[in-house]
Amino acid sequence: MNTFSYTRANDVADAVQNGSVKTNFKFIAGGTNLLDLMKENVERPDHLIDLSRITLKEIEDTADGGLRLGALATNANTAYNQKVEERYPLLSKAILAGASPQLRNMATNGGNLFQRTRCYYFYDLATPCNKREPGSGCSAINGYNRIHAILGTSEHCIATHPSDMCVALAALDAKVNVTGIHGEKVIDFADFHRLPGDQPQFDNILEPGDVVTSLDLPKNNLSKHVTYLKLRDRQSYAFAIVSVAAALELDGDVIKDIRVALGGVAHKPWRIKSAEIALIGKAATVENFKVLAENLLADAKGFGSNTFKIELAKRAIVRALTEVAKAI
Amino acid sequence: MKTDYIGKPTSRVDGALKVTGTAKYAAEFSADGLTYGYVVSSTIAQGTIKKIDLEEALNLKGVLQIFTHENVSGLAWFDRSYKDEDAVAGSPFRPLYDKKIRYSMQPIALVVAETFELARYAASIIKVEYTTESHISDLKENIPNSFKAPKGKVGFKPPVSRGDAKEAFENAPVKIASEYIHSAEHHNPMEIYATTVVMEPDGKLTVYDKTQGVSNCQAYISKIFGLSAKEVRVMSPFMGGGFGSGLRPQYQLFLAVLASLELKRSVKVSLTRQQMFSFGHRPASVQQMALSASPDGTLQSIAHTAYGETSMFEDYTEVVVNWSGLVYQCENVEQKYDLVKLNTYTPLDMRAPGAASGFHAIESAMDELAYALKMDPLALRLKNYAERDQNDKKPFSSKALRACYAEGAAKFGWDKRSIEPRSMREGNNLIGWGMATGSWDAMQMKATANAVLTADGKLTVGSGTSDIGTGTYTIMTQIAAETLGLPIENVTFKLGDTLLPEAPLEGGSWTATSVGSAVQSVCTTIKEQVFKLAKKVKNSPFANADLKEVNFDNGEISLKLNPSKTLSITDVMKQSGKVSIEEEATTMPNPIHMLEYSFNSHSAVFVEVKVDEDLGTVVVSRVVSAIAAGKILNPKTARSQILGAVVWGISMALEEDSVVDNNFGRFINHNLSEYHVAVNKDINDIEVIFVEEKDDVINPLGIKGLGEIGLVGVAGAVANAVFHATGHRVYNLPITMDKVLGLSE
Ligand SMILES: Cc1cc2nc3c(=O)[nH]c(=O)nc-3n(C[C@H](O)[C@H](O)[C@H](O)COP(=O)(O)OP(=O)(O)OC[C@H]3O[C@@H](n4cnc5c(N)ncnc54)[C@H](O)[C@@H]3O)c2cc1C
Ligand code: SF4
Repeated sequence: MNTFSYTRANDVADAVQNGSVKTNFKFIAGGTNLLDLMKENVERPDHLIDLSRITLKEIEDTADGGLRLGALATNANTAYNQKVEERYPLLSKAILAGASPQLRNMATNGGNLFQRTRCYYFYDLATPCNKREPGSGCSAINGYNRIHAILGTSEHCIATHPSDMCVALAALDAKVNVTGIHGEKVIDFADFHRLPGDQPQFDNILEPGDVVTSLDLPKNNLSKHVTYLKLRDRQSYAFAIVSVAAALELDGDVIKDIRVALGGVAHKPWRIKSAEIALIGKAATVENFKVLAENLLADAKGFGSNTFKIELAKRAIVRALTEVAKAI
Repeated sequence: MKTDYIGKPTSRVDGALKVTGTAKYAAEFSADGLTYGYVVSSTIAQGTIKKIDLEEALNLKGVLQIFTHENVSGLAWFDRSYKDEDAVAGSPFRPLYDKKIRYSMQPIALVVAETFELARYAASIIKVEYTTESHISDLKENIPNSFKAPKGKVGFKPPVSRGDAKEAFENAPVKIASEYIHSAEHHNPMEIYATTVVMEPDGKLTVYDKTQGVSNCQAYISKIFGLSAKEVRVMSPFMGGGFGSGLRPQYQLFLAVLASLELKRSVKVSLTRQQMFSFGHRPASVQQMALSASPDGTLQSIAHTAYGETSMFEDYTEVVVNWSGLVYQCENVEQKYDLVKLNTYTPLDMRAPGAASGFHAIESAMDELAYALKMDPLALRLKNYAERDQNDKKPFSSKALRACYAEGAAKFGWDKRSIEPRSMREGNNLIGWGMATGSWDAMQMKATANAVLTADGKLTVGSGTSDIGTGTYTIMTQIAAETLGLPIENVTFKLGDTLLPEAPLEGGSWTATSVGSAVQSVCTTIKEQVFKLAKKVKNSPFANADLKEVNFDNGEISLKLNPSKTLSITDVMKQSGKVSIEEEATTMPNPIHMLEYSFNSHSAVFVEVKVDEDLGTVVVSRVVSAIAAGKILNPKTARSQILGAVVWGISMALEEDSVVDNNFGRFINHNLSEYHVAVNKDINDIEVIFVEEKDDVINPLGIKGLGEIGLVGVAGAVANAVFHATGHRVYNLPITMDKVLGLSE
């Protein structure tokens, strides 16, 4: 049998300590992604360190008026939490657009950040994949790449990050609280995931043994005009072809604050702050939204079966913003 | 009468077993000392195995044996031993036969170990070296190498042409020509293919297999391994969905039996979901349609060409194009059906094989022609309504398609449709209405059933058919109970066991007709016997009566003219000193009728879609499916059949797509996460109408079968509705948002 050891961590320190003495280990939380990958032999850890008993399940106010989401709170408990629903409805909507109720009951907020790409080739050991086996090649670039990235790609990998939740977290300027061997650190969500470059095997900037303890959502005025538009190949239970997390703060029809993050198009949630800032003080019109869409997709590049995403993403952005601007 | 069950909505007799998990499936059977097999699949599509290194795996404690082409021999030599009832022309696939790789995911080894986990792990460390050769996997690109589809498969009729379609097309004032493509689709029943072989103490095998035909599998195993029928019993009491995927023995059956015989142990082999993409599937097809008509809509010509994929070793055929010449009245019809050999497993019948693909093209083309004529699509169908089967030049035993059109259209509100595309909208959505026709063969096969009536008034009926989820258990119980006038609780129907009398494969929508006829016949014989006894009991009220003059109802026999004169069946049995009455009956379709008539079921499907104008997303908001399929035995299970088929049709139209990566010659979205089938949220209103269709010719029950007809036509109707909504015709399935927007082909 593919043998591995299993340890239950009592608290974060215990988890970090355990991680510091093991090689080829994986943390496990809800297990909804990791176990699948283990069954497919994509991940073959020698040790599992179970985080699920750690009491990082709370969702509580922060001193500066924001909200802290425990890394081990489930996606379901987060989406249906009253404070999240009232103050960060964008996050609720994004979470509920993903997976299925059963999965969301198991999946944790921490685990969601680490879920791996759904690239067909990444899952199929019969085909080369740089992310799974660095240096073996990328089968998707010249293969079937309907679900692949159009932004921030490299010649080594064109995979997307499949999360819905993370797209909202990116739009909301979340911060990721991490504890590792060298102590605690806070990472801006925009910097958490990385682009594939020549090391597509790394999805994010964490060091081995780093534990995500919580996510902080800063205070904002973005609870009124929000939407999460997810375009996919069936109405439910499918990953995004393109998704848009959109939020507006309006003064009349003048934009005071605007956030647009895209999912399904890159190795990380895609946001260009300068393109958003350019719209502040301007009117919430379709024309202005189109300008933003063009800017967000300016560097987009298709690979054949996913080229349609470039135009589709632009349309989705305009639709999402038009809808939130209307909903007063 | 109390025990008249035929035609009444009756809940599934096996429902409780299923919802309580008591119904056992092939992989759920166990045995003392059971061992587990895990299949290793090839990673290349064409070439040879150079080296297969088993050492590390074999050294693991608990690994019993690894079977490969290098150590399997001494099996049947001739192709005919490997041919099964649903075989096609060519040379059937033999697992672990030689070093040749003919398709990607070909089984190349079976690891057998004491536990499943161990077998799976051992399989993962086997090292295989291949000599890779270039493969052929692109259907369209290889059309120049196509060849005429040969005969060889039961039920396959090569298409015939009539008149001169080319010339008529040239001269016709209104015409259209178009090409339709869809890729392969996989059945993906919920239950994964599995076989549990129990090695009995006397060396005989009891095989629990996922199959739609136990006797087919028994014969297959016996021939290949040189066993007598007595030495192999095959059982398949329940099936978690078949859809045609179990019509031929799957390779895990061969492998499990092989391992069991070699190791003298009980063996279970279960495939993985990925491996569900390693055998039969609905073949990809490229179809070309050319239609022409006079200005009033009268068809002048139909030309329908289909290219279907097949494997390197067999020539799978299905009826794709013949439907064109069947459903419409037309003098000039050209029908052509060619195959293209690819590095793939041989395709396999998948629900409404041929018709599901063929009607998508035919009905889309009819729709396109209707727009060219500026004519209502339904009016065009009625204008060209075929009263007779012109392919075979025969009348239909019955054909209530007009009623399907009329009742379906009325329920749907078709008369409120505006002919112009893009003429209905609601917010961001364009709304479209489309319709299509469907047809399927109503076939009957030879079948045998036996029945035992015991003194306590209980009846057990059996036939070696299977219930693939369609409700066979239930409808057979209904037929038996009504024929003998017994309360349904007193009747048990048994199936899926080679100890039972032989039934045909469960497919083609012929089970209700074939097995139903045999069940009715054997119960009628028993009824006659009971009545003979009843006449003889002391003071019998029926001493001078004829069978025609009595009713069998609710366990009692009574005089029709004097219902107070009764005798219960149990009394008759007791008074005659009978412990049981046992009978067997075989039924066949009436050979004279077979020659004189064509037998078909029909449908008319009406669909409403909402298409987001900017984003291209399609929602099927409403479907009305009107079905003409003879007498409906059980409106409840019948409705479920049609509902399920419509859901499938929506799935086929919008989602299903087994994508081949041509660099690898391999299905690449081989899991249920990326091979999309419809989910609840994709499905809205579906209405099913069964139109009245009396058929005295087809069989005494007047039934036609319902397994496939509900699917035929749905994809075409959805495609037509999308065109009506958007004014943009998507020719290739599935109709995804990018195609709707014209951003992809
Ligand atoms: C069929 C299916 C459909 C899905 N559909 C969607 C969808 O539409 N949209 C979507 O967004 N998601 C979807 N998901 C993904 C799902 O959201 C993730 O699997 C889930 O969020 C992972 O959380 P988990 O707690 O189960 O993680 P696990 O599987 O337990 O862990 C995943 C990874 O995260 C690491 N990890 C977990 N917690 C921590 C922590 N606190 N610190 C450091 N490392 C950690 C683990 O080491 C592991 O490598 C789907 C999943 C499935 C199986
Ligand atoms: S896109 Fe990335 S994950 Fe997919 S095959 Fe290429 S390297 Fe692997």
